[in-house]
Amino acid sequence: MKISYYPGCTLKLKAKNLELAALASLQALGIDVEEMDRWNCCGAVYSLTDDDLIHHIGPVRNLVRAKERGADKLVTLCSMCYNTLARANQLMRKDQVKRDTINRFMDDEIDYAGEVEVVHFLTLLEEQVGWDTIKKKVKKPLTGLKVAPYYGCTLQRPQAVGIEPMGSFSLMTRLLEAIGATVVPFYSADKCCGSYQVLNVEAGDNDAAANVINAAASAGIEALATSCPLCEYNLGKQQDQFMAKGKITANVPTFYFTQLLGMALGVDPEVCHFELNDSKAVLLLEAKQIQVAA
Amino acid sequence: MTLPINAQNVSIVSVEKINKLSGENVKLCMQCGTCTASCPMAEEMEFYPRKVMHLSQFGLLSEMEDINTYWKCASCHSCSVRCPRGIDIAKVMEALRQLVLRTSKNYIEPSEMPAEQIKELPQIAMVAGFRKLTS
Ligand code: SF4
Ligand code: SF4
Repeated sequence: MKISYYPGCTLKLKAKNLELAALASLQALGIDVEEMDRWNCCGAVYSLTDDDLIHHIGPVRNLVRAKERGADKLVTLCSMCYNTLARANQLMRKDQVKRDTINRFMDDEIDYAGEVEVVHFLTLLEEQVGWDTIKKKVKKPLTGLKVAPYYGCTLQRPQAVGIEPMGSFSLMTRLLEAIGATVVPFYSADKCCGSYQVLNVEAGDNDAAANVINAAASAGIEALATSCPLCEYNLGKQQDQFMAKGKITANVPTFYFTQLLGMALGVDPEVCHFELNDSKAVLLLEAKQIQVAA
Repeated sequence: MTLPINAQNVSIVSVEKINKLSGENVKLCMQCGTCTASCPMAEEMEFYPRKVMHLSQFGLLSEMEDINTYWKCASCHSCSVRCPRGIDIAKVMEALRQLVLRTSKNYIEPSEMPAEQIKELPQIAMVAGFRKLTS
């Protein structure tokens, strides 16, 4: 089976820690994925207007590229890319009229009808590796770290593209358990962090994100694991401002799940780029005696 | 505030516009309020999602012209997955945004964003935000 990897814009710039930790982990697990040699921005959000087809061209063009290279699956890490690509793929599978229009518009490309399967990295880990194998390959278990999966919106909604049923967070839970962390149930795991509304408010005024942090702190959660650079920004990077405005009373550092996986598999800590996380993230790992520098 | 709904302000054409853009049928709404209860942004909205659905059912676009509801919507789909009538409310919010954006109006001005914020923001925040809030 051939698996193409779609990184997306943010992973090459602001969220290198999400990508590099993931790729090093895959290497440690012996899984081969090939980054697409040509890709473009997916558009970050799926167009919700019925007459707007032009904004589907971006994601569909990436799917066409994957098909051209003979890929069976297209794997993504960023939750927003996943959602946009998976929904565009569904549109191309299900809506014949729109599919024909889009294919006609891209007449210099091969026709596409949803042949490639879009999968999230977590699904890939479950299908291609399995939690038991990951457990066996762990070199430095994250013992004593109380962490909760944070899925946000785009890994679960709408249901048709959700990586698992609504209200179930088992993929990331089982991964975190496999790497030795203590998983704390978190009832706000699919509450919105405010998403792009962060552009629409003053720094530190994104209440949706502050509410998630407060819910996590009161559940006794020490860290949140996410797969979305926007969630990481809204939840992790804004905590000093929330604190200054009195919106939160305790810090809950935010990590990419790939960074935690990488640490447990014994990946060089430099590759996990913790310096790109909120400073509280490094302090927490140090307090747990998890080595963060090579 | 009382909002009159009468023959003078009800607009079937506007209802059709909203339905056409969203691909949904706002008339299906039974005003249960589940959307409002599910909405993480409701506290910041001038009219709650349920009320916006009600006004949409009568095509009262002018009553919705100056409210922030659809500009505060984060397209999180919490409402859409819970609506007992199966309405994708996120799409209705998008239709209301588009009705304004397609007249070349911006809700936020990218040029006025602080340089510091632009430097920090992940790319997906800007791509998503500009797509939702600028024309
Ligand atoms: S949840 Fe659905 S039916 Fe209930 S008020 Fe909202 S749109 Fe109407
Ligand atoms: S999609 Fe918009 S209206 Fe619906 S719950 Fe989310 S923020 Fe509220």
